[in-house]
Amino acid sequence: MTRGSRFRNFAIGSPMVWIAVFVVVPYLIVVLFSFLTRNPEGIVTWILTLENYRELFSPVFLKVCMNSLVLALGTTVLTLLLAYPFAFILTRIDENIRRFLLVLMIIPFWTSSLIRTYALIILFKANGLLNTFLLSMGLISEPLSILYTETAVFIGLVYTLLPFMILPLYASLLKLDRRLMEAARDLGATSRHVFFHIVLPLTLPGIIAGSTMVFLPALGLFYIPDLLGGARSMLIGNFIKNQFLTTGNWPLGSAASVMLTLLMVMLLIWFFISTRRVHSGDMEAVR
Amino acid sequence: MEKAPIVRLREVTKRFDDVVAVDALNLDIFQGEFLTLLGPSGCGKTTVLRLIAGFESLDKGEIIMNGVPLNGTPPNKRNVNTVFQSYALFPHMTVYDNIAFGLKMKQLDKSLIREQVEEALSIVKLLGMEQRKPHQLSGGQQQRVAMARAIVNKPQVLLLDEPLSALDYRLRQEMEIELKRIHRKLGITFVFVTHDQEEAISMSDRIAVMNQGRIEQIGTPTRIYEEPENMFVAKFVGEINIFEGRITEIYNGSATVDIHGQPFKVLNRKNFTTGEHVKVLLRPEDLIVTRDEDSRPVPPSLGGVIDEVIYKGKTVDLIVSLDAGESIFVTQFFNEDQEDVIFQQGQRVHVDWPYGWEVVL
Repeated sequence: MTRGSRFRNFAIGSPMVWIAVFVVVPYLIVVLFSFLTRNPEGIVTWILTLENYRELFSPVFLKVCMNSLVLALGTTVLTLLLAYPFAFILTRIDENIRRFLLVLMIIPFWTSSLIRTYALIILFKANGLLNTFLLSMGLISEPLSILYTETAVFIGLVYTLLPFMILPLYASLLKLDRRLMEAARDLGATSRHVFFHIVLPLTLPGIIAGSTMVFLPALGLFYIPDLLGGARSMLIGNFIKNQFLTTGNWPLGSAASVMLTLLMVMLLIWFFISTRRVHSGDMEAVR
Repeated sequence: MEKAPIVRLREVTKRFDDVVAVDALNLDIFQGEFLTLLGPSGCGKTTVLRLIAGFESLDKGEIIMNGVPLNGTPPNKRNVNTVFQSYALFPHMTVYDNIAFGLKMKQLDKSLIREQVEEALSIVKLLGMEQRKPHQLSGGQQQRVAMARAIVNKPQVLLLDEPLSALDYRLRQEMEIELKRIHRKLGITFVFVTHDQEEAISMSDRIAVMNQGRIEQIGTPTRIYEEPENMFVAKFVGEINIFEGRITEIYNGSATVDIHGQPFKVLNRKNFTTGEHVKVLLRPEDLIVTRDEDSRPVPPSLGGVIDEVIYKGKTVDLIVSLDAGESIFVTQFFNEDQEDVIFQQGQRVHVDWPYGWEVVL
């Protein structure tokens, strides 16, 4: 074996071993647990069952699912609406300002997102910065109760996930050939037509990528609903966390995890198929 | 060309930051003509096109179309269409949808759109390609789609921004003929931008040679080639030999120029005066090279030695090193009557030209 191929095998092999040991094996344990039974003392016993999955179809869990899906979808739509104009303008401004804005967007990543979520609490709480400011301005007469509501969770998710929408949109808008927009204008299209007939279809891959990168984490993030939503907000992520850490029902938590994974896999497949359809005859743009 | 101009550019000026791209340019474009803006890159020719299309705004002056100033009219409200340099076909649409785009924007009836798209496709000879995507087409076919997409809207003026530059040599020549055919068939005014003087000469009714945001000369290809008005046009369009000379005598309508001690008689179109230093310009094919062994040199003529012989099939190109020191480039057509005249490197020759074929600047 030559030195080069040994290095190549090492370079490819070590992450694969890492993934196998720390991702695949634990996940297989989760899958296994989801088919096991918990005895009355709370100990997991080796009795195979589908009971955990049946329990997932209870109205309680379905409501948790619906809540999560609606919240994740809302987060996706709002981040998309916020990110698209921002990314669009980003591609059209002076390069120095663009770089500066991109750095501004990256800076929050230097702090753990958990800590940033705590910062949001300071902002939102009854005697927090936001309320103090609004009260002192005389805009409100009594503190708004934002913290520990769905609104707070929503704001938290949008805030945390916005960069994940901006970056793929920015990448695909950057690739968009500006001459295509000129060509459309030349052929009589109004700005609105140019957007809906040219810009939107050609940046669809970016929209799909960004939406996936926001929607999937929005389903699973548990600390944001935990910290900002308090006890009131029960989403899939919290549900799973609670099964493991609070109720101690590992098999049910595992089953919920498996369901969440299946849901995400389905979404990813849809994402893959839809990008491929968009890509066929598009990204190999005319040179 | 006594018709009224369809587009008039008056004192049109456009700056990009501190660079003046178009400098107080005046230009009349007439109904139905094939006008070419010819010039080196950065001369402002594409900017002129983009100003007419409405992609750029004027800093000064005005563009008048059909007697109405266009200032501030957006591109989608102008009765002009553009064929872009890299075609700018919509990659996510089929050939049909690309061509139908302009008509759909006008919200025409579906059956009417179909009819007109078919017609445009037949003009550019692409029938049967409707359902292809742009990336499934060759460069030449993409070019035809770009043409069809523009002409289907029946614009008053078609703007073509170096549309042939991405094609290989053979395809380019084919498309030159196609463009001329389409121009004749449609009767639309074509404004064509190129840096390729051969393209300009073979296709245009008129050529405007541009340099540094200004028009150096405008006229028919023959005028531009045979009678360049200044050194820039002379050097930019075609090959040319330049001789430094001095006017020694003036006659009625002609003059004698001393070139390397030889008294050449030339036409005096520009009222030169005795003693003036001038440049005498001659196209390679206007010079006559005679071997000293065939006939003794008679003044006025310039003696030299053949440096290089380049056989071109129909013609033979010679590089002649003159006794005075400079090198000149000559193209000789084969003389059917003297098949035995074969030029060879190292032969002594003398060079002259028929009276009046020169340009004196």
